[in-house]
Amino acid sequence: MSEFVFLFRATEAEQHEAMGTPEHAQRSLQAWLGWIRDLEAKGHLKSPGQPLALSGKVVRGKKRVVTDGPYAEAKDLVLGFIVVEARDLAQAVDISTGCPMLEGSGSVEIRPVGTLNL
Amino acid sequence: MDLDEHLFRRESGRMVAALTRIFGVHNLALAEDVVQDAFCRALEVWKVRGIPDNPAAWLMTTAKNRALDVIRRERTARTFAPEMGRLLETEWTLAPAVAEAFAAHTIRDEQLRIMFSCCHPRLQEDVQVALILNILCGFGANEIAGAFLAGGAAIEKRISRGKKVLAAARRLFDLSDAEFVARLSSVRRALYLLFNEGYHGASGESAVRAELCTEAMRLTALLREYPPAASPETDALASLMCLHAARLPARLDAAGDLHALLDQDRSRWDAGLVAQGLVLLESSALGHQVTAYHLEAAIAAAHAGAPSVDGTDWTLIVSLYDRLMTLAPSPVVALNRAIAVGQRDGPQRGMEELQAIGDRERLNRYPFYPAAMGELELRCGNRDAARSRFSAALALARNPTERRFLEKRVLSCTSA
Repeated sequence: MSEFVFLFRATEAEQHEAMGTPEHAQRSLQAWLGWIRDLEAKGHLKSPGQPLALSGKVVRGKKRVVTDGPYAEAKDLVLGFIVVEARDLAQAVDISTGCPMLEGSGSVEIRPVGTLNL
Repeated sequence: MDLDEHLFRRESGRMVAALTRIFGVHNLALAEDVVQDAFCRALEVWKVRGIPDNPAAWLMTTAKNRALDVIRRERTARTFAPEMGRLLETEWTLAPAVAEAFAAHTIRDEQLRIMFSCCHPRLQEDVQVALILNILCGFGANEIAGAFLAGGAAIEKRISRGKKVLAAARRLFDLSDAEFVARLSSVRRALYLLFNEGYHGASGESAVRAELCTEAMRLTALLREYPPAASPETDALASLMCLHAARLPARLDAAGDLHALLDQDRSRWDAGLVAQGLVLLESSALGHQVTAYHLEAAIAAAHAGAPSVDGTDWTLIVSLYDRLMTLAPSPVVALNRAIAVGQRDGPQRGMEELQAIGDRERLNRYPFYPAAMGELELRCGNRDAARSRFSAALALARNPTERRFLEKRVLSCTSA
């Protein structure tokens, strides 16, 4: 078994779109809970991760320039992550296809967690 | 822990009420953004942490904190609710003022003020109802469109037109205003229309429609909690809602099939709601006037108290319809009166009454006019005439439920 980090990305506008009305919000949440519970039941959920606030600071370069960000308008804002346990990358991809994120125009980025003996 | 199926919709109206109290009605869009932010936050956190023990309180706290952020960031650039005066300007008073806005009693009063504001005389009744459904009940334009058999874009337009009028008023309706009584009457009317749309409406989706009835009853209960609005006329409205809602379980069976009053399984009527409706009807009699709501509630009570169709006091019901016709005449009331006459004096007389309805052409597209004719023909033993009436009704059916119901009536004219 290997570990994979699933990064959930969307723009803030897309996320608001998915939550457009209370009824949509309710449906999105139910879909997510269902998906996460399913992962858990099948032993794929290594860690439920942490929710990330949408903005913070970005520090860049030798001069340590501090700016606000990421900007809300930024494309592909990372909204959060989970850690999944799967046989291989193919299975991890397969698991990700059920993610409610994909019902909207968001994306799931799957990154194998590197190990020392890679 | 499982999620209450209407949590977000229910809380949305309460959150908007609290936020409007702080931001002012001209910032309604900002209040709605904050609510949406809180929903997004809930999605992010709950999906990994699970649902909190008190999800409603969690949402409220999140909205409250977000409101504090917004005020701190924008208080120099934006004007908030004039009622808040300078309370939002310094940190000394900001937090307590915001906390007060989120207190249960403030939220209740704000919901009332929003309800009264939505019934602005410059807005048409359909706009008023759409606004109440959107702001206070948390329905999106598409859901409202589904219930009213209108296009989503048309409803969207209706709602944004309404919100413009609300924003232009700068502040919500003041419940101590001299216009209170007049406005109260529009509020009752809007809630009555909302309930009716759920009960008799043309939309096929019975789940949505039952929710409209529930929402109308919830808002009427809110009205009754506020003493100046809890008049006998409001009690009459609440009574008629309870007595009609009591019949809903028998009106639509488990398969979603419609059953007309005359052939409902009366054991499925909700006895609790009937009892509640009768208590309300009694308190509604304390006033000096008899309104259309009183008469409709009294008619519903006469049905609720009858053991069977034959054991129904049709003489009383016809006389109540007679009074309703003088107070609030309409072709649909005339149609129901004619059916009652048919029960009291026999089908022949019922048909004469149906044919005598003054503005009958307004019922041209209403499937239950030919259907009522069909029932009476059938009782006279005229199967062929009945079949052609039911077929005409079937052609006018507005949704699958009505279609299935009328198809069965057509078939019943053929089989023994």
